[in-house]
Amino acid sequence: MIRVEDIHKSFGAVHAVRGVSFDAPDGKITGLLGPNGAGKSTTLRVLYTVLRPDEGRASIDGADVVTQSLEARRRIGALPHGAGLYPQLTARENIAYYARLCGLDAGSIDARVESIIHLLEIGDFADRRTKGFSQGQRTKVAIARSLVHDPQNIILDEPSNGLDVMATRSLRELILKLKEAGRCVLFSSHVMQEVAALCDDICIISHGQVAIDDSADGIRERTGCDDLEDAFVRAIRMVEPA
Amino acid sequence: MQTLIAVFRKEVLDNVRDRRTLASALIMGPLFGPLLFAFVINLSIERSLDDAERVIELPVIGQDNAPNLLRYLESRNIEITDGPADRDAALDAVGTGVHDVVLVIPVDFAEQFADSMPAKVELVTDQANSQADREARRIRSALHAYSQELASIRLTARGVSPLALRPLNIDEVDVSTPSGRSAILLGMMSYFFIFALLMGGMYLAIDTTAGERERGSLEPLLALPVTRNQLLLGKIAATCVFMALSLALSLGSFFIALKFMPLDELGMTPNFGPLTVVAAFLILAPFILLGAAIMTLVASFTKSYREAQTWLSVVLLAPTLPILIVSILTLRPRLEFMFVPSLSQHLLLIDMVKNEPLDPLYVAISVTSTLLFGAILTWICARLYRREGLLG
Repeated sequence: MIRVEDIHKSFGAVHAVRGVSFDAPDGKITGLLGPNGAGKSTTLRVLYTVLRPDEGRASIDGADVVTQSLEARRRIGALPHGAGLYPQLTARENIAYYARLCGLDAGSIDARVESIIHLLEIGDFADRRTKGFSQGQRTKVAIARSLVHDPQNIILDEPSNGLDVMATRSLRELILKLKEAGRCVLFSSHVMQEVAALCDDICIISHGQVAIDDSADGIRERTGCDDLEDAFVRAIRMVEPA
Repeated sequence: MQTLIAVFRKEVLDNVRDRRTLASALIMGPLFGPLLFAFVINLSIERSLDDAERVIELPVIGQDNAPNLLRYLESRNIEITDGPADRDAALDAVGTGVHDVVLVIPVDFAEQFADSMPAKVELVTDQANSQADREARRIRSALHAYSQELASIRLTARGVSPLALRPLNIDEVDVSTPSGRSAILLGMMSYFFIFALLMGGMYLAIDTTAGERERGSLEPLLALPVTRNQLLLGKIAATCVFMALSLALSLGSFFIALKFMPLDELGMTPNFGPLTVVAAFLILAPFILLGAAIMTLVASFTKSYREAQTWLSVVLLAPTLPILIVSILTLRPRLEFMFVPSLSQHLLLIDMVKNEPLDPLYVAISVTSTLLFGAILTWICARLYRREGLLG
């Protein structure tokens, strides 16, 4: 369960996030939708604690991301935008490294890594060095790595970027599996169709503010547009630039 | 602690597999220094040895004017050959490098000589050419010796003791020992060791900071339930291990290289046995933490791998600065120098090579102050690592 309450974040003169609030409940998929530069990544970075909000607060399962950041990180599996792997390590070693860092006890690491490799169906290339992996392979390994400590909350920043149809499809299946397991999944995207097909809740962000936070049907109704893309464009226009 | 060990093990494994890091740690640093050093020493030994014995050719113009002089020169390993046609041709030939030196004996030489007047000979040379200058020096000293000999004969003939020409009897007493003399040449080796040490950890320091950021693997790492201090200390520990390895290898390779250098021919016997190697490692070891911390610190400031490389090559040179200043001013070791990292290690190493006893107080100050500097830099690094700006 992720709760975001009125967070603000500026970089110098740029007010990137201007009072974003939303909830991402367990057992649901929440989509953070918005055009490039809307403040999606900044919001997510605050949630996985690499940035501190200037104002407002956010919590992961009740753990505050600023005051209890270590506890908050323990409950998150995060896939930052464009996350990189260690090219000299195999996929399995990349995943096992994170398992060790997360404090899994030495005896259970191998089994846990094996099960996550199975879950993401990356067994075919698990023992190759990740140098030269395709974007799809890299993303899968990066997701596997972020799930290795079995976190309750999963934050994915534009996970489908650069993926082909097959890879996008298996990513979608994975996200649905996580939902069925009662996890809280929060991911960002700038593609309306993708979000609509998957999410229970969609939070549209524009100019650092929440334009609409509703289900896909709710958004259609409130914008008066049947077509999702039109609805998206109209929602974005509801927020004035700073 | 478990996290720190995990980071440490991963960084070591990751970098052992990286050819560039491995090459700089195991080959570049440790071998480059001693090899270059061996090359320079061998070259200078060969030069100094063959200078006195080598026969040099001397083109002479006007050979008929001074047959006795030429015979004397031949007795000093100087072979007389036919010179250019005249004096102008000689100037030309030396100027263009056809000959290094040409001796011109004017026609009136014999006449002046017979009158006991200073008889003029001209030595045409190019002082800008160092090879020619060495030959000219040998010929000049041979001419001086001939001149002296004749002066003595003339004085004796006039009933004056030739000793009148030597009001002073200069006798130099050299108190330097063979190990002491070797310190002149081996003085620069301390820098090779520091260089090798830093070189060994350079790529690792870049990889764990700027490299990790550029690859995009830093952000997911920071999103893990570990503290940044643990991450940073693990990385610095791994850098330290590579530096220590590189230092040990370079000391070892230097030890072996010295065996193949004919230093005794230069009158030098450096004190550089197995025990000294171990002691040198211990004296330099505190510098490892300092080196790892400063490299990590500088690399954390940079935006990219390339920029980090540029700045770290400056760091590679920085330790030479105090050594250079002290060498130029030829200052003797003093207590306050022991507070300066790199300089204190340099001075202690030199004393060791000279086979002089080390003052325990000096060693203690050197070790403590260098470790302290290292600890302070590590602390600053840790502070920097907590900034948001780390992600760039």
